[in-house]
Amino acid sequence: MAKILLEMKNITKTFPGVKALDNVNLKVEEGEIHALVGENGAGKSTLMNVLSGIYPYGSYEGDIIYDGEVCKFDTIKDSEAKGIVIIHQELALIPYMTIAENMFLGNERGTKYKINWNETNDRASELLKTVGLKETPQTLIKDIGVGKQQLVEIAKALAKNAKLLILDEPTASLNEDDSKALLELLLKFKKEGMTSIIISHKLNEVSYVADKITVIRDGATIETLDKKTDDISEGRIIKGMVGRELSDRFPKRESHIGDVMMEVKDWNVYHPLYTERKVVDNVSIKVKKGEVVGISGLMGAGRTELAMSLFGKSYGDKISGQLFINGKEVHLNSVQEAIKHKLAYVTEDRKGNGLILSNPIKINTTLANLDAISKHSIIDKDKEYAVAVEYKEKLKTKCPSVEQNVGNLSGGNQQKVLLAKWMFADPDVLILDEPTRGIDVGAKYEIYCIINQLVAEGKSVIMISSEMPEILGMCDRIYVMNEGRIVGELEGSEVTQELIMSHILKASSKGE
Amino acid sequence: MNKIKTADFIKKYTMIIVLIVVTGFFAWRTGGAILLPMNVSSLISQNAYVFILATGMLLCILTGGNIDLSVGSVVCFVGAIGAVLMVNMKVNMWVAILVMFLVGILIGAFQGFWIAFVRIPPFIVTLAGMLVFRGLSNVVLDGMTISIKDCTTFVNLFGGGANCYIPDFFGNGSLNMTCLLAGVIATVLYIGFQMKDRITKSKKGYEVGSMGAAVAKMVLISAVILVFSYRLAQHKGIPSVLIWVIVVIMVYAYITSNTTTGRYFYAVGGNEKATKLSGINTNKVYFIAYLNMGFLAALAGMVTIARMTSAQPTYGQNYEMDAIGSCFIGGASAYGGIGTVPGVIVGAVLMGVINLGMSLMGVDQNWQKVVKGLVLLAAVIFDVVSKRGGKLIAKN
Repeated sequence: MAKILLEMKNITKTFPGVKALDNVNLKVEEGEIHALVGENGAGKSTLMNVLSGIYPYGSYEGDIIYDGEVCKFDTIKDSEAKGIVIIHQELALIPYMTIAENMFLGNERGTKYKINWNETNDRASELLKTVGLKETPQTLIKDIGVGKQQLVEIAKALAKNAKLLILDEPTASLNEDDSKALLELLLKFKKEGMTSIIISHKLNEVSYVADKITVIRDGATIETLDKKTDDISEGRIIKGMVGRELSDRFPKRESHIGDVMMEVKDWNVYHPLYTERKVVDNVSIKVKKGEVVGISGLMGAGRTELAMSLFGKSYGDKISGQLFINGKEVHLNSVQEAIKHKLAYVTEDRKGNGLILSNPIKINTTLANLDAISKHSIIDKDKEYAVAVEYKEKLKTKCPSVEQNVGNLSGGNQQKVLLAKWMFADPDVLILDEPTRGIDVGAKYEIYCIINQLVAEGKSVIMISSEMPEILGMCDRIYVMNEGRIVGELEGSEVTQELIMSHILKASSKGE
Repeated sequence: MNKIKTADFIKKYTMIIVLIVVTGFFAWRTGGAILLPMNVSSLISQNAYVFILATGMLLCILTGGNIDLSVGSVVCFVGAIGAVLMVNMKVNMWVAILVMFLVGILIGAFQGFWIAFVRIPPFIVTLAGMLVFRGLSNVVLDGMTISIKDCTTFVNLFGGGANCYIPDFFGNGSLNMTCLLAGVIATVLYIGFQMKDRITKSKKGYEVGSMGAAVAKMVLISAVILVFSYRLAQHKGIPSVLIWVIVVIMVYAYITSNTTTGRYFYAVGGNEKATKLSGINTNKVYFIAYLNMGFLAALAGMVTIARMTSAQPTYGQNYEMDAIGSCFIGGASAYGGIGTVPGVIVGAVLMGVINLGMSLMGVDQNWQKVVKGLVLLAAVIFDVVSKRGGKLIAKN
């Protein structure tokens, strides 16, 4: 039996209000490729952040044993000194610097006072050759594609003398050829004795390269499958990923579904910066009066991009397609117009895009519909207060008063303020993007009740969620989205998590 | 519980407490000279431009800590144009005032366009403006000083010169009754509005603060108004520039706290993305901030040349720093989204008191600058650190 290079023992990590990791164990042998799989939010990235020192020693419980000794990393630098290098899903390269400069950023060749450019460039070309990238070290990062940038990241890791390479979703933004090349590269490294941990949603890739697969679900390790002894087919892995009991975590609702409220036809959206990249590809969906429609899919599937591009073109470039509200075609070129046509988008990023944390509840509640509480643009503050209190009571927001700053509320209560804001804007169609992300179970249930109340009033709800039980428990109809396209429309009681997952993975495997 | 309340109180009224302490300190060091009627009066006329510019600067800062470096030069340029029109070209005073306002607004629109719609960083645009309008002032004035002593109506209107006070209608000599009466009326109006607000609030069943605190606040503010007007009455009465300052303060205090436009400034500075997604045109908000800054800079330009009874190419230097400093000392956040007009006025008064106090003490000009600089730094450190929960060093 090979030597155990890394062992993470009983790792527990809590964030305020949430237990992100609960007694997680992970053993990685020297020279193997170990895959980490699990749904969004299962805790994979948190675990890797613990390992790499982003969450310093002391902020978690448990032990990291690497190369036979217990490690206490305070910063990323400490873990890198040991040869543990992590490559994040979001590439961390600086566009206006050259490949060589990026590769040795924070790890410069030469002395403190004089960078040795010859050595830098020599070493860079050597490493570029190792990863099979045919570019000169002097090329600027902004001039090469994402696939090549990913290779630069790997070369950068090698420049740090990596012994354990951690790749978080390395192929998420790559096309099929680039992905294939990357996987071959990993296998080549393995032959040379490198150990890697790969986090991926693409199970066909995982089955192809991994020697062992550890499944994480809800912050706990479920099982570790060994290629030599266990069945590691996709179906088997999926079972481990989603095998969770559905209990009555969802309030009952009698559906009264009416006519089509909003319809989207042949919707296309391109990335705002990389304008050749299509992020929403020919999507057609519709939602009826009184209906909750779910959009399921993995992170990066284009769901948020779809929603925001519908909401007054607040995301994307070269948007094309038709949008019908109440049977009439509308052109919503700004958020103002979208709100006027009774469309609301409740963002997934409540702190970044939704709320003004430094302002009180009452100001956040009325921001999207100030006209309703003002006359000749003079705000009726008494009315504003009354509105805020009304919604506070309606949504059972827990706060001492509506004068409280939103930044001081818990996630669940912030989410309620955000919902209140958009309910006060009086929309017919609400797009809820990850409405229960990062909030506790009790608050989730209350949010579900609010959703039921909304559709009971005849409104339409489009719910985007990465949590499959939630989608299954709440929605009348489900669209499955992957890589910008709708890859399935599911309805009725026979829908299961496995069915949704297999739709997603089937589309991913095709890699189109 | 009580401890928390005290801490909250201190946090909320820090600058007022500091102002009282600093004033007390100077009253002690100058043997009470700083509280003499003459000095109270000159505190206002010397700092009128700071009050006006700081109010405009607040709107810029609210949008996200953006500053306007060009205001000093714009003040000078507008003043220069006014002087040339009135003196060299003998244009009617009212026409000249109109032109000056128009020039200010156009400059604001010009800078605002690049900042708001093209998204050139405000620092760059207004740095350019600072150079451009300083240079243009020189060109317009041909490098000379133009005296506007003879434009007496203009000088009186904007409160410059030696005798620009509101005339005493009921005067009998020593005490200016008009001024005292104005102070009493202001106090009565203030108390009346406060009471009315409380009554309507409790009638409709809204939350009202504790009666004791409200009464204490009312008594305190009334006392300040009365003592202040009494001091002015002992001198020569109400400086006419005070009227302008009060109008600007009241109008902008109202706009920022009671109108939708005012609300947008806070929203943009608090979270621009969220504001955009709430259907608010954020470009327009930036534009209005700088447009308005141009307008108020024009007003400050009139006040400045009236006070100096002349226009010179060097006027207005460092005015932008006085305005920016007042905002930050007065509690505006360097990141935007936080700050009030009353707070900024307290900041400006504090700066004014420090200036005046040190001058009366005979402190060297250069040391005055050192002290002012350190006060500004301390105020912003306080803001940033207290927001980080009291931790001095940021997490790496």
